[in-house]
This record gives sequence, structure tokens and C-alpha cells, in this order.
Amino acid sequence: MRSAKKAVQAVDSNRYRRSNRFGEIWRRFRKSKGALIGLILLLMIVVLLLCAELLIPYEAAIKQDVRSALAGPSAEHVFGCDTYGRDILARIVHGGRTSLSIALWATVCSCVVGSLLGAVAGYFGGIIDSVIMRALDLFMSVPDILFTMAVVFALSANFVNLLIALTISFFPNYVRLVRSQVLTLAEQDYVEAARAGGSNNARIICSHILPNAVGVIIINVTLNVARIIIYESTLGFLGLGMPAPHPEWGMMLSEAREVMRVAPHMIFFPAAAIVLCACSINLVGDGLRDALDPHLKS
Amino acid sequence: MYKYILKRLLFLIPTILGVTFIIYAVMNITPGDPGRAILGANAMQADVDAYNHMLGYDLPFLQKFVNYVQDLFLKGDFGISYFTKQPVFAEIWPRYGFSVRLALMGALLSAVIGIPLGIYAAVKQYSLWDTVPSVISFLIAAIPGFVVGMLLLYIFALKLNWLPSYGASSLRHYIMPMLALAIPPAAQNMRFTKSSMLESIRQDYVRTARAKGAPERTVIWKHALKNAMLPVVTQMGLTLGALIAGAVVVEKLFSLPGIGSLIVDRIPFKDEPVIIGGTILLSVCFAVIMLVVDVIYAFIDPRIKAKYVKMKGK
Repeated sequence: MRSAKKAVQAVDSNRYRRSNRFGEIWRRFRKSKGALIGLILLLMIVVLLLCAELLIPYEAAIKQDVRSALAGPSAEHVFGCDTYGRDILARIVHGGRTSLSIALWATVCSCVVGSLLGAVAGYFGGIIDSVIMRALDLFMSVPDILFTMAVVFALSANFVNLLIALTISFFPNYVRLVRSQVLTLAEQDYVEAARAGGSNNARIICSHILPNAVGVIIINVTLNVARIIIYESTLGFLGLGMPAPHPEWGMMLSEAREVMRVAPHMIFFPAAAIVLCACSINLVGDGLRDALDPHLKS
Repeated sequence: MYKYILKRLLFLIPTILGVTFIIYAVMNITPGDPGRAILGANAMQADVDAYNHMLGYDLPFLQKFVNYVQDLFLKGDFGISYFTKQPVFAEIWPRYGFSVRLALMGALLSAVIGIPLGIYAAVKQYSLWDTVPSVISFLIAAIPGFVVGMLLLYIFALKLNWLPSYGASSLRHYIMPMLALAIPPAAQNMRFTKSSMLESIRQDYVRTARAKGAPERTVIWKHALKNAMLPVVTQMGLTLGALIAGAVVVEKLFSLPGIGSLIVDRIPFKDEPVIIGGTILLSVCFAVIMLVVDVIYAFIDPRIKAKYVKMKGK
């Protein structure tokens, strides 16, 4: 009975400490102007994309109108129109919804798969570690853009397949990251203590090791979202993104390339959307890195 | 030392086989129909089946893979393109040299731009020499490579009309592709060099060098830089490897005759032999570069050398 009470107390003090820790992180995060600007921009982008349907209906993004083909920015079409006379603003907003959700899902999937594999490899070591790491070496020997291209080609391009392809390309980073974290953390005394206290392996990994590696993982997750957005637009540019007529930033740019001479606005706006999005996420990621891991700050 | 190199060299064999397997397996998720593709839509089904049988395409997957590997590594036979009906090897080999040259030049250019800027930014931390390149490199990190290329195209080919926008017939044709290829990794190299240099500048041995009265120039060049360059060498190797494959975008954008653009061009035609062959060739090249980087690293990093010398002594 007494030990149970103690455990409750421990949990309580733990919760107290944790809330304090978040406050501390937020305080450090807030100090960086860049990170704050990034956060505000990112929130604005997310809100805009979430309310996209209310502002501009999806039909506007795929409705073709020959008369306004290649039209420059005007009051009616703020960002102008593309080759088929589709409204570029609508295409950017709805393309952004897909890009961002693919990026988020791919990040989550690759993070979960990679972290679990990395934790298992690092914690158990020995033969399990060797098998996982050798397999990973093979995966990493295929340049990732080619690998993604191959997977998308083999499965044909749609939301789920893009997700699979991006997850496969991005999970190895997490395996390495988490494995190296676990290798250092598994040596810590509190892991020894937990084991002595009778915790099983799954419990030690999930409640003692992963939470302590979470800072590094979060930083990588944030920066990875930006990388995946860029990566995905590259796939779209190469013709391996979401199937037409669904709007997609990379594909919009690929279409713009053909008519660059007469319609430079077709490059400018989608490119600006990608850069703005990736930049704000990178700013937040850098801010988080400085806030979560002060000794990394140069 | 030689034991280490030999070990790494031997490890290359399973790596190449494994890579071939992964690519072949992925591409076989949706098996094609080479008989139909080569003989055309009007051919009799019986002829198509007979052709597939002759190629061994109706065999179980592993059997097919073993045959493929045998043809590939023993005879250099990558199969026949579905699209041009030519041997794949004859199509990709000339382009291979081009892709490798492009990647080498791109990596070199990115080093020439990125590393000095990174060193200088670290030495003059918080000055304009640090902030301006850092901000620019931060922005470039958020721009996809093909957008960099498109902006270059727009400015130098369309607006200023200085450079040709596609093809590879003269040296001037290479300027924009090289820049498009080199700028994103140059930004990355700059950031990487800067942080490596900053770390090295804060080490005790640098303080020692300063304390004993060595001139600032010696401290930076001899003590800090030499140690800061170790991780940068690895980074350069990774850049080169990434460019071998990443050139696909630039090749496509500037219509250059490399393997990457060949692969992308054949995707709509489902030309599997070319896609598989090109991907395998680039991946093998990538694996070899990684090996060379590891070996070079072992040579220049005294710690790894020492480890092996000690082992010899035992």
C-alpha cells in the first residue's frame, strides 16, 4: 500500500516537473524572434489551409476556363490563372492542403516506424541490432530520391502510395537517431533502477527511454516536415506526384516551366508558397532545437 | 589499415547485391508484361506468352531475380528496353559518364562556394560576413533544387538572355545546370562547415594555441581548421552521393543527357528495364562513393588509424 502511495506521489511530482519543463522550453523558444515569426506564419498557413474550403471552393482549383488561360494577377484572380485558366490561388491553397497533410502523415509514419526500430535495435543490441542496422545500410545505399521514384512508379501515384514511398525514404534517419540516443540512455542509472524494480523491456523502452529521447526526435520531426514538403514538390515536378487534375505545388511549377516566358506569375506564386511554408517550419524547428537542447546552440 | 579497407571493399559485394534486390523487388510489385510491351498491342496473346517464356518472365520471382543478377553482373546485360527495343546497357552507359561528371563538378563547385564562406562566417561570427551568408543559406534550404534552377533559367536565359536554356553542346550550356546543382548543397556545406569550425574554435587545444602566443592566423589555419575539416570531408562525400541521384531534377529541367533524365522520361512509358537498370547503376555508384569516403576518412582521421595500428600491435 505504501509503495502505491509513493508511486502516486512520484507521478504527481513528475507531472509538476513536466509542466515546469514545458514552461521553460516555451520561455526559451519565445526569446528567439525568428522562431516566433516562424510559429506565427506557420499558424496562419495552417488556419488558412484548414479553412480553405470556406474561402475558395475546391471546384475553383480544377475548373478550366480557356478565356482566362495564362491571365496575370487581377481582381478576379488574385494570383492569375494557369495554362488551362484555373485559378492559381485556389490551386495553391488546395494543393497546400494535400502537400501539408502528406508531409505530416509521412513524418508521423516514418517517425513511429523508425523510432520503434531504432529503440529495439539500440536496446537489445547483439544480433537484432546487427540485422536491423545491416538492412538499414542497404536501404540507405539506394539514393532516396531514386528509391521514392521507384516506389511511386511501382505502386502508381496517389495519396496512400506517396505516403508509403515517403515513409520508406525517411524512416532510416529516425532509426539511426533513436538508436544512438538509446545506446547512451540505456547506460543510465535510472534504466538500471527500473530494471531492478522489475520493469519489463517494453515498459523500459516506452516509459523510460523514449521520453528522454523525445527532444531530439521532436526537432527532427519538425525539420523533416519541411524536407518532405520540398521533396514532395520535387516528385510532383518530375511527374510523380498526385495525379492530375488535383493541384500540387511541384506539378504547378512543372506546368509553369513550359510557359515561363509569357506567364512568370505561374512560377512565382507556387514557388513562394513552398518557400514560405518550408521557411516557417524551419524557423520553428531551429527555435525548438535551441529551446529543447540549449547546449547544441552555438 | 589495409585490413579495414579490405573489409569495406568486401562489404561492397553484399551491398550491391542487396541494393539490386531491393530495387528489383520494388519494381516487381506490379510486374510488367515485356512480351506485350515489345511485340506491341496487335501481337497474338500466344506469341506474347511465348516471348515472355523465352525471356524467363513467367518464372517465380526469386528465379527471375537470380537470372537478372547473373545477366547483369556476369554479362553486363541489363535487358532490352521496352520503348526503344535497344539493349539497355547501350542506352545508359554513355549517359552514366555524363551524370557522374555533372555530379562531380557540382560537388566541387558547392565545396568551392560553401566551405570558404562557412569558415569565414565562423571566424567572423556575428559580423556581416556571418549573418548575410547564414540568412541566405537558411532561405536556400527552404527552396527546392528545381526552383533554384527555374529561377536561374528565368533570370539568365529569359530575361538577360546570357545563357542557353537547354542542351549540353558547349561549356556555356553547363553554367546554369552546374549552378542549379551546386547552390543548394553549397548552402548546406556553408552551414555545416560553419558549425564544425565553431565547435573546433572552442576546443581546449585552440585556447592552448592562443595562450602560448601563436598568431591568430596560425591558430585558425593550423589548429582549428584542420580539425574542423574532418566532418566536412564526410559531408562532401554525402553531397557527391546525393548529387549523383539528385541530378535527376537538374538534368530534367535543362534537358541534359544524363541517366536521371532518362529514367524520368521513360516512366510514362513504363520502360521497366531502363528504369531498373538506371536506378541500379546510380545506386552502385552511390555505394562506391560512400566506400571511398569511408576509406579517405580512415586515412585522414588519426583516431581511426590509431585504432587499427593498435589492433595490429596486439
